[in-house]
Amino acid sequence: MTTLAPPAPVTAPEAAPTPRPARRRRDLAGRIGLLAASAVVAVVLLAALVPDLLAPQDPLEISLSESFAPPSAEHLFGTDQSGRDVFSRVIHGARQSLVIGIGATALGLLGALVLGLLGGLGGRLADGAVTRVIEVLYAFPGILLALILIAVYGNSALTQMVAVGLATMPGYARMVRSQVLAVRDSAYVEAARALGHSSPRILLRTLLPNAFRPLTVLITLGVGQAIVWAAALGFLGMGVQPPTAEWGAMLNAGRTYIQQAWWMDFFPGITIVLFTLSLTVLGRHLQRATDAGALR
Amino acid sequence: MTTTPALAARRALTTLASAALLLWAVATIVFFLQHLVPGDPAQTILGGASANPPEETLEAVRAQYGFDQPLLVQYGNFLAGLVRGDLGESYTMKQPVTAIVGEQILPTLQLTAASLLIAWALAIGLTLLTAGRRGRLARLGASLEVVLAALPHFWLGVVLLVVVAVVLQWLPVVDDGPAGLILPALTLGIPLGGFLAQVTRDEFETALQKPFVLSALSRGASPAAVRWRQVLRHAALPGIALSGWGLGSLISGAVVVEVIFSRQGIGQILVAAVTAQDLPLVIGVTFVVAAVYVLANILSDLATVLVDPRLRHTIGHA
Repeated sequence: MTTLAPPAPVTAPEAAPTPRPARRRRDLAGRIGLLAASAVVAVVLLAALVPDLLAPQDPLEISLSESFAPPSAEHLFGTDQSGRDVFSRVIHGARQSLVIGIGATALGLLGALVLGLLGGLGGRLADGAVTRVIEVLYAFPGILLALILIAVYGNSALTQMVAVGLATMPGYARMVRSQVLAVRDSAYVEAARALGHSSPRILLRTLLPNAFRPLTVLITLGVGQAIVWAAALGFLGMGVQPPTAEWGAMLNAGRTYIQQAWWMDFFPGITIVLFTLSLTVLGRHLQRATDAGALR
Repeated sequence: MTTTPALAARRALTTLASAALLLWAVATIVFFLQHLVPGDPAQTILGGASANPPEETLEAVRAQYGFDQPLLVQYGNFLAGLVRGDLGESYTMKQPVTAIVGEQILPTLQLTAASLLIAWALAIGLTLLTAGRRGRLARLGASLEVVLAALPHFWLGVVLLVVVAVVLQWLPVVDDGPAGLILPALTLGIPLGGFLAQVTRDEFETALQKPFVLSALSRGASPAAVRWRQVLRHAALPGIALSGWGLGSLISGAVVVEVIFSRQGIGQILVAAVTAQDLPLVIGVTFVVAAVYVLANILSDLATVLVDPRLRHTIGHA
């Protein structure tokens, strides 16, 4: 089927890998970038684990006299309509946003694993069915699948997570399937079979680890994507409800006041941008390091 | 071997048939999803959980919308309606879904088309300027693309709105004319442009190593001409193949962008419908978007064949 060319790994008909020229200076720039990215990810993780350590103020404390204060030394990111400290709320929001992003990715992967293994190992009929299912899921672009799910099950953090997970699933499923297909016919699986290993053992000890390794990089990138999608849903008012500190919900609250208090949207937004960008940089680095580029 | 009309017709038929099958599957999924909804749709139609309509009214609504019929009959009616272009009636707006979508899809298509143009202009510009060059320029181009591609619509849109419309006041904040299209289209087009540029850059740099480049240069063609006429053609291929997918991502991005800029369109309608749990409208919009998406993918395949004559003999057999 050429009509539904899947998004990511498309190569031109005769694209052969060519050795890239060594770029020493780029190495240095790359190393600085990697360091910065690691720092951003570390800070966000720290904020998710122990927000009280970093946040100067209570994220829920209302102080109406201080509402809509622009960024200052006291309120680094300004305050919102109820006078709550946006900086503290961004820090406290890290946990919720990370949980949703990681949870969604885990759900998407789990579904993808079931589909991918079924397609890769289940014989022609099962593979045909799985390929069709993936194709149909692909016909819903982007977050549309997530929106349907929210329309059906209503607004909640859980629906938001499941919805984003479902929306990411087809992409992962296609990759798992092609990985399983590639690994299934590899020499080492044949060797394991020749050694008389049982099928479950081959599946768990040989096939899965080998099929999964190249996917680890994509998972790093995927968590970033899931956070962005979850935040987009939150921005639209679907997901965690205020006053809980969560990045998407904060964006949604700021939307109403965008012309008078730009900082309410700007800072949660740039946090998401920096964090996902850092995940991308780390993911790319991992990709080069583990040579998972062969997956393309 | 040349392409005979008969062969071309057969390919076109196969493509259309598989597209129709796909849409049938999509319709089936959305139909059954609709019936997984906890609660009574008649209740939703009559104003949601807070309203307390008498039982007779509920019965009447159930009969009117056909909820009292067996599920398979409802499914049959739904499919028959689809074939006639009837997507049911919106619960909240009490209008045919087809009419609502038909009215709202044009602004969204204008927005996505403008965004796709911007994305391509950006991708080609960045690639021609920086791909395959040594030193700072290439590094700058490559990093810029990664950053642009990582910008979420909800953030870029807000920043553009605040900076250009509120602070600089170059453009109106809300405007239904062409001026109102600029910021939303930039918001949608810039990240996609960054993404496309990454793909075209990769291909461009691969193509630059090919013998035909050396051969063209040795015939006296200027490097700029070779980049523009020959190499770009190779580099654009995967990008064109991805444009169908890109259009899909633009439509789903339009949901966010239309909300930011208070623009009319199916994105706004979809958000309102999801919030109100107006399922026929949600499903109708989703179905139409899926159809547009499938069509866009077919078109981008065709465009790939137009740009790359080599594919004329292989595509459709893959």
